[in-house]
Amino acid sequence: MDRALRLVATSPVQELARTIEALLVIASMPLTSAELADATSDDEERVGDALELLAERYREGRSGIVLEHVAGGYAFRASREAAAACARLYERPIERGLTQAALETLAIVAYLGPSTRPEITRIRGVNADAAVAGLVERGLLAEAGRESEFGAVRYLTTPLFERVFGLESLAELPRLEELGSDTAELRARLEAVAEKRPA
Amino acid sequence: MEAANPVGELDLDLDAFEGPFDLLLTLVLRDELPLSEVDLAQVVIAFLEHLAGREALDLDACGEFLVLISALLELKARGLFPEEEAELAELEPEEAAEELARRLAEYRRAKDGAAWLAERLADSGDRYFRLGPAPLAPVQPEPVFAAQKPARLAAALRALAVEPLALSTAHMALEFPPLGRFLERWRSLLRRRSRLDFDLEVEGLSRVEIAVAFMALLELARQRELSIAQAGSFAPIRISRFSEERSLTWTAHSA
Repeated sequence: MDRALRLVATSPVQELARTIEALLVIASMPLTSAELADATSDDEERVGDALELLAERYREGRSGIVLEHVAGGYAFRASREAAAACARLYERPIERGLTQAALETLAIVAYLGPSTRPEITRIRGVNADAAVAGLVERGLLAEAGRESEFGAVRYLTTPLFERVFGLESLAELPRLEELGSDTAELRARLEAVAEKRPA
Repeated sequence: MEAANPVGELDLDLDAFEGPFDLLLTLVLRDELPLSEVDLAQVVIAFLEHLAGREALDLDACGEFLVLISALLELKARGLFPEEEAELAELEPEEAAEELARRLAEYRRAKDGAAWLAERLADSGDRYFRLGPAPLAPVQPEPVFAAQKPARLAAALRALAVEPLALSTAHMALEFPPLGRFLERWRSLLRRRSRLDFDLEVEGLSRVEIAVAFMALLELARQRELSIAQAGSFAPIRISRFSEERSLTWTAHSA
């Protein structure tokens, strides 16, 4: 097992991989391949090769540290088999106690963002102020300018949102058309209810 | 539990409120609890659960509850979408149904998106990673200057500290001496001497004084108090007591 973790310097890519490994260890947020190329003064293609090497070395079942492609970059996390031990030592304050309201708000902003609080309120039918404020505090939503008409603050999901939910990017969300029943179906159901109603 | 007022004493445990339904109503009517924060669907569910726990269906209580909850729903709708009231009122029933279906579909998608996220979160429950503030970019080193001699700095400052040359503003305030002074001067000179040389008489005067002296001379010549003669351009100007003959010569020369 200890051999698996050791990188033998037989090629320049392996040398580069060692440097990237070091950068990822000290990073608190995922690093993009462009950032890694910049820090190592190397080109992105070679950084990609080095990352492939590291991904193989740091994968579930082989290492206690796992390299994952998340939130548009690369980051280390604990392996899933170490989760129980991690849970005994560390809290997960960001995702703990996320309510249904918070998840719905996140879904709306992730799909339709940048969104304002009135837009979220309109879709959910419940005032969104508290939910949005809570998500901003957790770092899952961030302000992204103001809309031009009424000057309401617009919100976007953050890279931390993608990281907490284990998404490579927002493109990994299921397509909007795949969610919910379509308008025609709902309309048919509404009409069916109306017909049953005594005149 | 058989209560005298089954609706009013309905116990609620909502996100925004915990207590009997009566109190919720009172707080809402007094504007102490924003209705927009209250999930009315939960109130309905609580009431249905309350009904399920009873043997007989209390129609009065149901009626009272329906009236109250519909009033609350209407209040909440008005509060949430004040500007849409008029907009929606103008819709034909067909359009209204279409709009309602569209909105329900929109909300359903948000709900399904939330369910997907919840599933994803549950899946990520065993993903532990380091969290922290964004790493700091390295501090740029202060620029280093080459060693300098203090004497050079002093010299440079001294060069800057030199008082600038005083600019003459004499031309901005020309003071013309009164013409009368020179009229008198020429008259008194001619009383004592019969001939004068202009250049000699004005020697030592400023340019302005010379000009005024010359104007005085021309004025006296015009009034025929004296005669002026000059042999050619830039030749000395001779001044003498007035004589018809000389005056004519002067006029002929100057012409």
